[in-house]
Amino acid sequence: MNVDIQQLKSGEVNLGTSIMAVQFDGGVVVGADSRTTTGSYIANRVTDKLTHVHDRIYCCRSGSAADTQTIADIVHMSLQQYAQSFGEAPTVSVAANYFQTLCYTNKDNLSAGIIVGGWDKDVGPSVYNIPLGGGLFRQPWAIGGSGSTYVYGYCDATYREGWGRDETVEFVKNTLSLAMARDGSSGGVIRMAVITEDAVERLFVPGNQLPTFWEGLEVLGNSSGAKQPAVEPMAVEV
Amino acid sequence: MGMPPTPYTPDPRRSQAWIPFNTRSEQPIVTGTSVLALTYKDGIMLAGDNLASYGSLACSAPRLSVTIPSYTIFGASGNMSDFQYLQHDLDNLIIQEEVTAQDGHQLGPKQIHKYLSQVFYARRSKMDSLWKSVLGGGFKDGKRFLLFVDLLSVTYTVLTLATCYGVYIAQPLLRKAFEGSEVRKIKEDWLHVLFYRDPRSTNQYQITTISAAGPTISPSLKLETEWSFAESIRGYGPQTQ
Amino acid sequence: MTSIGTGYDLSASTYSPDGRIFQVEYANKAVENSGTAIGLRVKDGIVLAVEKLVHSKLLVPGANRRIQTIDRHIGLATSGLLADGRHLANLARHEASNFREQYRAPPTVKNLAERIGQYVQVYTLYSSVRPFGISTIIGSVDKDGPGLFVIEPSGVFYGYHGAAVGKGRQLAKNELEKLKLPELTTREAVFEAARIIYLVHDDAKEKEFELEMSWIGDETNGRHVPVPKDLLDEAEQKAKEALENFE
Repeated sequence: MNVDIQQLKSGEVNLGTSIMAVQFDGGVVVGADSRTTTGSYIANRVTDKLTHVHDRIYCCRSGSAADTQTIADIVHMSLQQYAQSFGEAPTVSVAANYFQTLCYTNKDNLSAGIIVGGWDKDVGPSVYNIPLGGGLFRQPWAIGGSGSTYVYGYCDATYREGWGRDETVEFVKNTLSLAMARDGSSGGVIRMAVITEDAVERLFVPGNQLPTFWEGLEVLGNSSGAKQPAVEPMAVEV
Repeated sequence: MGMPPTPYTPDPRRSQAWIPFNTRSEQPIVTGTSVLALTYKDGIMLAGDNLASYGSLACSAPRLSVTIPSYTIFGASGNMSDFQYLQHDLDNLIIQEEVTAQDGHQLGPKQIHKYLSQVFYARRSKMDSLWKSVLGGGFKDGKRFLLFVDLLSVTYTVLTLATCYGVYIAQPLLRKAFEGSEVRKIKEDWLHVLFYRDPRSTNQYQITTISAAGPTISPSLKLETEWSFAESIRGYGPQTQ
Repeated sequence: MTSIGTGYDLSASTYSPDGRIFQVEYANKAVENSGTAIGLRVKDGIVLAVEKLVHSKLLVPGANRRIQTIDRHIGLATSGLLADGRHLANLARHEASNFREQYRAPPTVKNLAERIGQYVQVYTLYSSVRPFGISTIIGSVDKDGPGLFVIEPSGVFYGYHGAAVGKGRQLAKNELEKLKLPELTTREAVFEAARIIYLVHDDAKEKEFELEMSWIGDETNGRHVPVPKDLLDEAEQKAKEALENFE
């Protein structure tokens, strides 16, 4: 049988995505939009792209849904095994290295951009970025997915060291909102998780309560209310 | 007579593969998505969102237009630059045929429809199509009229119309609801579904109508959407955290 | 005109010894023999009015209009040779259309007056053509507000608050000068314009005439359109009454 794998892959479900993770003093905030598309159709508008891989470690998935789910499942399995073998929770670094190995060794066959974030007792909060080629980069904040390209400037200009939990949550919420507004492949709701030593707290922003910024109203010519089109004054006499 | 026919030898200067001309204008760049149109008891109603997409980059732009004094409304999906070109072209047509001709004749929606179909046909015959579909409506002499033209100059008129995703998602809903009392509500219901399922759409939209009372165009409005049911969803399988 | 008949008046390309171009002056004569046309530039708009002399009872009422629409917001009235007026109106329409094509914006009336002026002037340079036998009043409400210009057969053009060309121009100008034009509304100006046209019409010499009027202002949504029938009738009625009181 003649099967062109690249052609099959081009028709699959993709997480054309906006994802993000930011470190703060006591933990990490991870966040994602909820849109899953097959090319030009929204297959799922309420996807959960924040995936639990261990008690205090989550990953944000972007790229192929099938690939990233498989990778996350494998890492999830490996981390459980790790915890059983060593009798202690794995570090975020260990989790990130599992992801990296899978992404790097199979890079020709995967489309997966993953951000790993979490808390461990060795270093506290940490964020790792594993972009397309399978590299591994530790960063105080990371953004990913198709929507991220629109908000690098915003993040560079806004991010500050030393934020607390609430400021970090606001930053993630605003960044994702901006990315979702500009990127056609992102949208829906914002899901976030605040990972600290004590707990993982899930946060949810419905699609109709997203923070708004410039909405281009003056471009549409009605920033100052409705303007009815002028009506024709009167019939022409002949 | 005695000579055998010369065998065909390709001219090396002509043997290059045929290069299509107008390669740039034969694909849309900045695009608009669905427009919905429906006939109701007083006239025609058109709806479309306010989004121009540059690939996946989202930008605001109006996609509905009213031509005055011809009393025709239209909206377009596809190449935004072609939409703006048509707006300009129709504006000139109206100045020429209605304003300065001073003969008291006005172009009705049927005339505009024919004109558009001929413009589209001329352009596709030059292999330089106006890469878009146009929905329009008009009201003249007590009659409502809904028109459609696309890049191949396919034209028709029916009671309900949609372009792009609207064809698959909104049209079936529309036929059910057709001629219901709350036309505006029907329109908003379609726009909801389109916003939920079309990645190149937005929740900002406009509605334009035309009836015996003349044309109206709404300001940019926002759709009220429903997401609360999604709060408890976790992961993609057995995940609970 | 001492040089008349001495051969210096046969061509627009020949000056007379005292520096005049007789063909242009003769073109002005063509204007002077034609029905009066006036334009009023007021607070919020423009009114154009023409005394259209009806040379035959066989003509359909309203035929041979002398006020024409150039663009949505621009009107043009001529006095002189009717056909020259039509030609210039077509030229102006092309100029307006070209302007829109190039700048994607409505042309200003100053712009058009300039172009028409240049065009008319060219017809004063060559022996193979005759100058235009018309004076043109062009008016509009554009981005700079109301604007009113007159282009003469020589090609010169000036901006005016009130303009009058044709047979009764002198009397019309006297009347226009009495008005506080910048303080009038367009609707008030319609009545004044009608009154002036009726006043300058010389009943003794001329036969019938038709009053032709158009306006541009807030009431017309910035468009150049004929003054509606009821308002025109009312203005004519008042004009006739004013004339009786005047005499």
